[in-house]
Amino acid sequence: MFGLETKDAKLLLLVVALTMLAPFLLNPFPVDSAMAQFNAGYPDLMQRFVIFGIFAIGFNILFGLTGYLSFGHAAFLGVGSYAAVWMFKLLSMNVLPAIVLAVITSGLFALLIGYISLRRSGIYFSILTLAFAQMMFALAYSVLTPITGGETGLQLALDDPRILGTSATAEGNIPVPGLFGLEMRDTTEVAMGVWSFTFNVGYYFSAVIMLLAFYLSIRIFRSPFGMMLRAIKSNQTRLNYTGLNTKPYTLAAFVISGMYAGLAGALMASMDPLAGAERMFWTASGEVVLMTILGGVGTLIGPVLGAGAIKYMENIISKINSEILHSWFAFLPDGFEDFIVAIIYPFVGKGWHLTLGIIFMLVVTFLPGGLVEGGQRIAKLFKGKKADANGPKGKTEPAE
Amino acid sequence: MSILEVKNVGKRFGGLQALNNVNLSVQENSVHAIIGPNGAGKSTLLNCFVGKLIPDTGSVMFDGQSVLGRSPHEINQMGISRVFQTPEIFGDLTVLENMLIPCFAKRDGAFELNAIGSVMNQKDMLERAEEMLVDMNMADKRHMHAASMSRGDKRRLEIGMCLSQEPRLLLLDEPTAGMARADTNNTIDLLKQIKEERDITIAIIEHDMHVVFSLAERITVLAQGTPLVEDVPENIKGHPKVREAYLGESA
Ligand SMILES: Nc1ncnc2c1ncn2[C@@H]1O[C@H](COP(=O)(O)OP(=O)(O)OP(=O)(O)O)[C@@H](O)[C@H]1O
Ligand SMILES: [Mg+2]
Repeated sequence: MFGLETKDAKLLLLVVALTMLAPFLLNPFPVDSAMAQFNAGYPDLMQRFVIFGIFAIGFNILFGLTGYLSFGHAAFLGVGSYAAVWMFKLLSMNVLPAIVLAVITSGLFALLIGYISLRRSGIYFSILTLAFAQMMFALAYSVLTPITGGETGLQLALDDPRILGTSATAEGNIPVPGLFGLEMRDTTEVAMGVWSFTFNVGYYFSAVIMLLAFYLSIRIFRSPFGMMLRAIKSNQTRLNYTGLNTKPYTLAAFVISGMYAGLAGALMASMDPLAGAERMFWTASGEVVLMTILGGVGTLIGPVLGAGAIKYMENIISKINSEILHSWFAFLPDGFEDFIVAIIYPFVGKGWHLTLGIIFMLVVTFLPGGLVEGGQRIAKLFKGKKADANGPKGKTEPAE
Repeated sequence: MSILEVKNVGKRFGGLQALNNVNLSVQENSVHAIIGPNGAGKSTLLNCFVGKLIPDTGSVMFDGQSVLGRSPHEINQMGISRVFQTPEIFGDLTVLENMLIPCFAKRDGAFELNAIGSVMNQKDMLERAEEMLVDMNMADKRHMHAASMSRGDKRRLEIGMCLSQEPRLLLLDEPTAGMARADTNNTIDLLKQIKEERDITIAIIEHDMHVVFSLAERITVLAQGTPLVEDVPENIKGHPKVREAYLGESA
């Protein structure tokens, strides 16, 4: 199906189902319940899930397949955002040209940075990419202010030309990004009994793009090119002495993953049309590394899971404050309640980084294959039990 | 006609003269063995053929063209494949994939961007790789991770990978070290068979004299970086200089 092996097609369909049903799946708790706190089905966060999913899928094509750990991929995210906002300023508020230009621009940047950085491997490669990204961050903040908007970031204005669109709407506002009249921010709330679900155009648009990006990554993984990339990770020496030039392979992987990052950056700008240099800061580059490792390096679905897990923690756990904790544990005797809250408090709110750090360490230590390995182990447990349950039954069948 | 022409090759590692004025000529479509005690410089010599090392002095010509200054993948594309002393395979890949990669390299050259088509749809490549696995007697291991195989199997896989490229010159660095006797004989038979079926020149470094005398048509004895003698196997067996180089070392 779709040119995929059955196993991969199944995985793709699963991801299709999950992304399309996300507004329901992420809002499992009734609006008025205490657990509503954990609902993640609001547009802003859902958009981030899929956009960072794209970023991580692309990063995994480089890191997961070739083993080259780039520590500067956020630079391409930033380039994509800037390019997209410039398209909104100059051309029109249609997201498609913005996305196309962003992908091309980030691809060109990746070509240049990759060409230089890939002269080294291992830690030197990582440091080179980090240096480039930090350099771009610093430039965007200072000397490139006319292009990047400097500290305030690049924003839309009423007097932007927008030659194929309008500079201002009839009401005198700045127009919003859209797709042939469909505005990205359009949202429909649907109440069903005690539940409420939110459907947002921007989310569904980004989700469809993510599905395309995911599909493409499956194709790359299964292609001869993907096999060569895995061979590079496994043994470059053998590849060289087998007559293959590893340089163009790694460079192609670097450019492709840079374009994925640019695509993610363009989508960010399409959801909220502004771009700032902080998107290129080294912590942003580090985040995508964490996402990929947490989810499962070199697996198809891992990066998406990792991106989801980290964005969920960043947005949900960080919102829990001591008041909420006290309300949860109000049923306990006073002194005990304070004690429990005091223990949990460092891990929530601003302390969510601590939780992330601990989870990351646990995963790396006990599940080197990331969340995907965790899932596989659980699946195995179930299968093992099933097989046991079937075993004796099978034996009771009459022998021939 | 000689396919590989080595002239006055010297290589120094710090204070050690690993190769000293080596002259060697390998005839096309022959099996040429290079023997000598440990540390004689045999592997170093091969390294100079495939672009792993650049000799300090001298020249190495393959089929009339110099290999010096070319990168390993270019030399391989000229038609030289090499099996290493310690197996170099793709440990994280399956045995079948290991075999597929040289097939692709043979067909597509040094770089080909095919990022959309599935490997599983490359029927001709799969067929070739499967055939080679059958020849190597390891078809049943096709889905194993290459790293999990025994040392002897890894070596046989590497030989198969090199053969699947149909090189004009095959360089073997102790191909049977670490192999069980049966596999060694298997490998000898395979090499003999390949030799009969098509045009191929083989240069082999080997400590196992059974292998050397089963295959070689000419033998060069190397000691301390210098060729002592070069002759047909019958004359090498009883040659006093050879005895001296080997026995002097082991006595
Ligand atoms: N890259 C290197 N750097 C420094 N010294 C080296 C290097 N490669 C080989 N040597 C030295 O050169 C000498 C010849 O080594 P070489 O590996 O060619 O021997 P060999 O004949 O293949 O021996 P063996 O039968 O043990 O494989 C040895 O003394 C070795 O230590
Ligand atoms: Mg050696």
